[in-house]
Amino acid sequence: MWWRFRRHKLAMVGTAVVLLFYGAVLFADFLAYADPSASEAQRSLLPPQRIHWRLDGRLQPHVYGLAGKRDPTTFKRVYTPDPSQKVPVRFFAQGFEYRLLGVIPTTRHLIGVEGARPEDTLFLLGTDEQGRDLWSRLMYGTRTSLTIGLVGVAFSLVLGVMLGGISGLYGGATDTVIQRVIEIVRSIPTIPLWMGLAAALPNDWTVMQVYFAITIIISLVGWTELARVVRGRFLALREEDFVTAAELAGSSQMRIIVHHLVPSFLSHIIAATTLAIPAMIISETSLSFLGLGLRPPAISWGVLLQQAQNIQALAISPWLLVSAVPVIIVILALNFMGDGLRDAADPYGQ
Amino acid sequence: MLTYLTRRLILAVLTVWAVSVLSFVVIQLPPGDYISSYIAQMSASGSFVSAQEAEALRQQYGLDKPMYVQYLRWMNLVVRGKFGMALEWGRPVSEVIGDRLWLTMAVSIAAIILTWVLALPIGIYSAVRQYSIGDYLATLIGFIGLAVPSFMLALVLMYLGFKLFNANVGGLFSDELAQAPWGWAKTWDLIKHLPLPAAILGLAGTAQLIRIMRANLLDELRRPYVVTARARGLSEWRVILKYPVRVALNPFASTVGYLLPYVVSGSIIVSLVLGLPTVGPLLLRALVAQDMFLAGTIVLLLGVMTVVGTFLSDLLLMWIDPRIRLESRR
Repeated sequence: MWWRFRRHKLAMVGTAVVLLFYGAVLFADFLAYADPSASEAQRSLLPPQRIHWRLDGRLQPHVYGLAGKRDPTTFKRVYTPDPSQKVPVRFFAQGFEYRLLGVIPTTRHLIGVEGARPEDTLFLLGTDEQGRDLWSRLMYGTRTSLTIGLVGVAFSLVLGVMLGGISGLYGGATDTVIQRVIEIVRSIPTIPLWMGLAAALPNDWTVMQVYFAITIIISLVGWTELARVVRGRFLALREEDFVTAAELAGSSQMRIIVHHLVPSFLSHIIAATTLAIPAMIISETSLSFLGLGLRPPAISWGVLLQQAQNIQALAISPWLLVSAVPVIIVILALNFMGDGLRDAADPYGQ
Repeated sequence: MLTYLTRRLILAVLTVWAVSVLSFVVIQLPPGDYISSYIAQMSASGSFVSAQEAEALRQQYGLDKPMYVQYLRWMNLVVRGKFGMALEWGRPVSEVIGDRLWLTMAVSIAAIILTWVLALPIGIYSAVRQYSIGDYLATLIGFIGLAVPSFMLALVLMYLGFKLFNANVGGLFSDELAQAPWGWAKTWDLIKHLPLPAAILGLAGTAQLIRIMRANLLDELRRPYVVTARARGLSEWRVILKYPVRVALNPFASTVGYLLPYVVSGSIIVSLVLGLPTVGPLLLRALVAQDMFLAGTIVLLLGVMTVVGTFLSDLLLMWIDPRIRLESRR
């Protein structure tokens, strides 16, 4: 299967991108250089600062300082880069303290401004309304959004494999009932329902509680596709000769399932699971975007996009839309990866 | 044919029932009941409701009864078209929803029609000219359509519309016609505004349909009957359109069942971004204000409309595809 997968170029690229993103999940605090919730009213809605790599012919990355002025007609604060102010940017710079991978306490970050005056700042992607650094928030948002995808898929997988397995294994009336339930779940518009359920979460819940509640709400709908795949494989494999052979040789039902059936459709499950993650990510992003999913102080892509909800905000500070970019890239990459896995898992394809 | 019809009808009824239970759950989930929110509202406006009065109100509305009795009472009211009061608006729910439900459906149906109109020719082209530049382009657009959530597309288009044309691309009506009574001018105005939200909503579905159409048609094109038709000297377009396309057309009708819930879902969130006067913004506002009767009714009505739409698409499928008509005769 691995060799067939290797042949699929697009899927390999997708896999690399997905791994890269999950790397960012693990090292989110290393990649971030500012505390994602540290806000400063003086620095609200700063445009992104560009890194200039060369200074006097030598490699010396720096950003220009920002000079803030009030527009005399609109009274809006406008910031312009001031080339005379050069703020050096260092790799592996000191920053806020955190635990690398949750264990090693350290203060090193991939990049940062070091030994600088307080007004020297680095905002690679600009700041939001409360003056928080968008790049650092994006890193933490990636962590939330991508793990919610994984946890949600894990829930759906349990539901899907169980119900799909029962459905395919027993057949008959059980199968009919489960199939009808799947059809019913699939024909209900999900977003209004999610909104209703998510809005009912108590306001005083902690970030963690809301996180898990949202995950469960999302996976309540996501399991149907997985159940269909599992059932389909069960039905197809049940009639295979090697299953009959195992039965005749006196294997117990449990043994047949674990030793013969599961290995032969594991690859299909992996492919279907991969293809289910994007839907989870989109669901979470949509709910949080509406303000019904995760709520601040939690940070996720949807929460970040919430600030870009109206045209006024977009017109003044288009960089708030930046969180849309990783969403699109990750979903594309996961789709490519899943497609490749599915093709590779199907021995009769090609 | 009759068995098929009955089966779909039973399923539709079951789905409506499931939707009604779920909407009821949505109404019941938040702590407190209708009366406590009513009391809160009354005391906010200065009046006072005593404990006895509250108890009497509870009895009058049957809130002291067990859950299933309450559900049946609610269903009874709903069937007679009484959805209760929208607390925040101080008006009956049906009045608040008004045209919005029909506009939601108009946007969704427009999206599905657009999906068909685009996916059919592009899918055929992609299959017939496999691996051509156009095919790759269609695949690329398809992947983008699959990957970009509709509300993000709406955001980006809004931004571009603002930057490039300095125009607000949102809304369903021109400003001067928004409050006008229904008439030809207003309907025409609506039709003029529909394509953009429809395109945004339909893109993901279009992408999916193009891929299905392409795969199905590619399978059909390799069948011997195509070779026969060609050998008989039929013109190339006749060969393709007369038989293989017809067979490959099947998923078009059968996916409407899944497309419609998806599009209706999407319309809620896209409406918020584009400021469309559908039930979407109303639902969000109701949920934020914990106006659960309004929210539950919207969830219920959307679900029912979707089920009816799906059922109609099943009828359409039966009419298109003889295999389904014949299946039950066996």
